[in-house]
Amino acid sequence: MATQEELKKIILDVLPDVDCVIGWGPGPEPLCASPYFMRNPEDVDYLLAGPASVHNPALFLPEYKGRKTGVVVKGCDSRSVVQLISENLIRREDVVIIGFPCAGVVDASKIAAKLGPYGEPGETERAIFDKDALNLSLGGKELSIPLSEILADKCSRCKHPGAVISDYFAGEAADALQVKDDFTDLAGLESLPLEERFRFWEKEMSRCIRCYACRNACPLCVCRDHCVASSREPHWLAQANGVRDNLMFQVIHATHLAGRCTGCGECQRACPVHIPVLLLKRSLGRAVEQLFGHHAGLDPESRPPLLTFQMEETNIKEREW
Amino acid sequence: MSDVTREPAGTGRELRLVGFLCNWCSYGGADTAGVGRFIQPTDLRIVRLPCSGRVNPLFIAKTLLYGADGVLVSGCHPRDCHYAEGNFYARRRLEVFRHLLPTLGIDPRRFEYTWVSASEGQRWQQVVSKFTEQIHSLGPAPRLPGAPELEWMQSGVNPA
Repeated sequence: MATQEELKKIILDVLPDVDCVIGWGPGPEPLCASPYFMRNPEDVDYLLAGPASVHNPALFLPEYKGRKTGVVVKGCDSRSVVQLISENLIRREDVVIIGFPCAGVVDASKIAAKLGPYGEPGETERAIFDKDALNLSLGGKELSIPLSEILADKCSRCKHPGAVISDYFAGEAADALQVKDDFTDLAGLESLPLEERFRFWEKEMSRCIRCYACRNACPLCVCRDHCVASSREPHWLAQANGVRDNLMFQVIHATHLAGRCTGCGECQRACPVHIPVLLLKRSLGRAVEQLFGHHAGLDPESRPPLLTFQMEETNIKEREW
Repeated sequence: MSDVTREPAGTGRELRLVGFLCNWCSYGGADTAGVGRFIQPTDLRIVRLPCSGRVNPLFIAKTLLYGADGVLVSGCHPRDCHYAEGNFYARRRLEVFRHLLPTLGIDPRRFEYTWVSASEGQRWQQVVSKFTEQIHSLGPAPRLPGAPELEWMQSGVNPA
């Protein structure tokens, strides 16, 4: 891909001035890339920026605070970077942001569903993404799956496929897309009566093994070893696994991201038991959008809406009783 | 929930309501109501906090998920906060959090926040009565496994 070659050139130019450049490289299997830390010029050969580059490299930036770091970003990743900058969790001058026009990333569970009759995704021998299809060979068969059928849901509502902020951009930077996000993902759940929604979460959370993959994959969960979920004083959650504590943990994660979550969907992608945990964050994101007209991760100068107030709130109705 | 479990307030079949009150206004207001001997429903258990700005939305989440039927937060009126601006931050946080409840499958009417000053004993009586009535009209909240049931439901006095 032409963009990929251009990206490699840019990274080679940037590399001497930074500690490392974070992007994507070959993963454990052909269908999935892996976060990749490029330190030497020869590392750059293995860069993979395309539909398999699902991970959000912004995740690693807070660890690199104070060191000059390059980062290759999709549109969604760039919003995480912006949010980190706006919260002063990383410094703008420490990061070199390299953008490229993202055409969407794949959803592993959608691929698995497509491959169902032919074998496990992990048994794929060879996978090549071309402009609008994934061509792979599995179990001696050559298959071609249209990309539009396996792209992640978040990509269908993406307004900024190119980086919202970048120092270098491989290819043509485009304006924001005129895509309307009408929260159709929440509409399905919210068409159920309240009690059924409650039982939906009860059922989903009974699968949760509290591995905290959702937390560890979240670029804005920056407390790391000081997460309230593992605090003993106060003891928010029991060590034992249980539906209540599992759900409570998701509420903790979601409320701690209220007004901050950029909707990159890493929590949900990382979930090994496929719990739709992004829904809770989307719900709070919608609330913040409706109440304060705020979209996280677009403006590094903006103030998070929950860290400020207006004496007279325009969209909050006081209840008269 | 079946209608059998819906009990009007004041019949002895109490629901579990938790109130988070700021020390300076609403707790004083509740005290004024008590000193004035205003008759109030007795379902609400009050937790006294320094300020409504001290209310972490997770207090409400934890309370609702671990067996409460309703949560009430009350602080000083906006512009009257003892700490000048605690309730302004609280208002934003609580309002945003309230929007999460329907997604979780919890009726948002189970959580209310309001403002009562220390002199408003009468208003406190109204707030408690209306809130208690509201929760009684909703009935006991659906519970997750492990959350304590209400005593009167457990003992089979009122088969649900």
